[in-house]
Amino acid sequence: MSNKPKVSGFMNYLRKERIPTIFCAGCGNGTVINTFFNAMEMAELSLDNISMVSGIGCSSRIPGYIKCDSLHTTHGRPIAFATGVKLGNPDMDVVVFTGDGDAAAIGGNHLIHAARRNLDLTVICVNNSIYGMTGGQISPTSPKGSFASTTPYGALEAPFDLAKLVSGAGATYVSRWTTVHPLPLSNAIKKGLQNKGFSFIEVISQCPTYFGRKNRMRSAVEMMKYMKTHSVVKKKAKKMSEEELEGKIILGDFVNRNWPEFSEMLCEQVNEKSEKGLIDAIKSAYKTDL
Amino acid sequence: MIKIDQNLCKGCDICTEFCRKNVYEPSKTLNRKGVYLPVPVNIEECKKCNLCAILCPDLAITVEEDHE
Ligand code: SF4
Ligand code: SF4
Ligand code: SF4
Repeated sequence: MSNKPKVSGFMNYLRKERIPTIFCAGCGNGTVINTFFNAMEMAELSLDNISMVSGIGCSSRIPGYIKCDSLHTTHGRPIAFATGVKLGNPDMDVVVFTGDGDAAAIGGNHLIHAARRNLDLTVICVNNSIYGMTGGQISPTSPKGSFASTTPYGALEAPFDLAKLVSGAGATYVSRWTTVHPLPLSNAIKKGLQNKGFSFIEVISQCPTYFGRKNRMRSAVEMMKYMKTHSVVKKKAKKMSEEELEGKIILGDFVNRNWPEFSEMLCEQVNEKSEKGLIDAIKSAYKTDL
Repeated sequence: MIKIDQNLCKGCDICTEFCRKNVYEPSKTLNRKGVYLPVPVNIEECKKCNLCAILCPDLAITVEEDHE
């Protein structure tokens, strides 16, 4: 990809009084913020029409640094809140920032059901394979054998393949990249923003402070080099055997399809069946409050 | 021109390691915040690809286009 990102303007999208961020040196969260801005510009969207929702965890602090409407919710529930935001304001671009613990453990049910409904949300899941904020416990995506404060002898469980899980549940755009691939990642977020339906972008990211330290990778750079050498694009992965793919991170678009979207179907139904019509139906809750 | 914002850089070395042109070298001395700032020593090699800037988790790098 040759079109180079115009990073110099990204500072204008941040709440300057809140930076530097709370994130540790070399944490992948910051790179994910940059790729989001790059994607937003490519998709020609504006922060004025974007609403960000997040749960709990390091990556869930991302929206707090960005100059747009945002909702910092309870652990695991950002997709549930985002469902409300989208259905109450069907014209808004609703973006969810979540982590592997937030989206796949406590929020796992919300994730699969929003995918099943094909609700028009763009979910960016920063997957660093560990609970960073709470002190380095394993998460549902920690690789087998990985060390964490809750697995001093190595994890025994098989991890979730999030991209596969969400594809199976019914998402209409699913892609996976890492923080070492900022340009294809920006492009994937752009496609996610443009897709009318449930979009899931999994970003494999580094948590040097917990995952790195516990798994003998001492720095963000070391972790990123590992991600780089262990990544395989989907096209190439198709030609490889299961043994060859052991421990590899498969990258690319997993799903890109055009299925009926939930908020659109709901609005149509309300318009057709309800005597009030769509706008009145949406606003009726406020009216009775007044 | 490459500018590194002293207040934002956390010294993670990502720019130093991932610039394909080896433009940066880590400073040998700590700054006031206790960070080894990257120093753009081989600036004439810079292709202005902005990879370092988009990778920098703290948006500390500005790579300026040369003005003709
Ligand atoms: S604990 Fe890990 S995920 Fe959290 S800010 Fe630090 S490096 Fe990032
Ligand atoms: S713009 Fe590209 S070539 Fe120049 S310092 Fe940054 S990464 Fe290196
Ligand atoms: S990538 Fe950014 S924060 Fe890290 S050393 Fe370079 S300028 Fe500093």
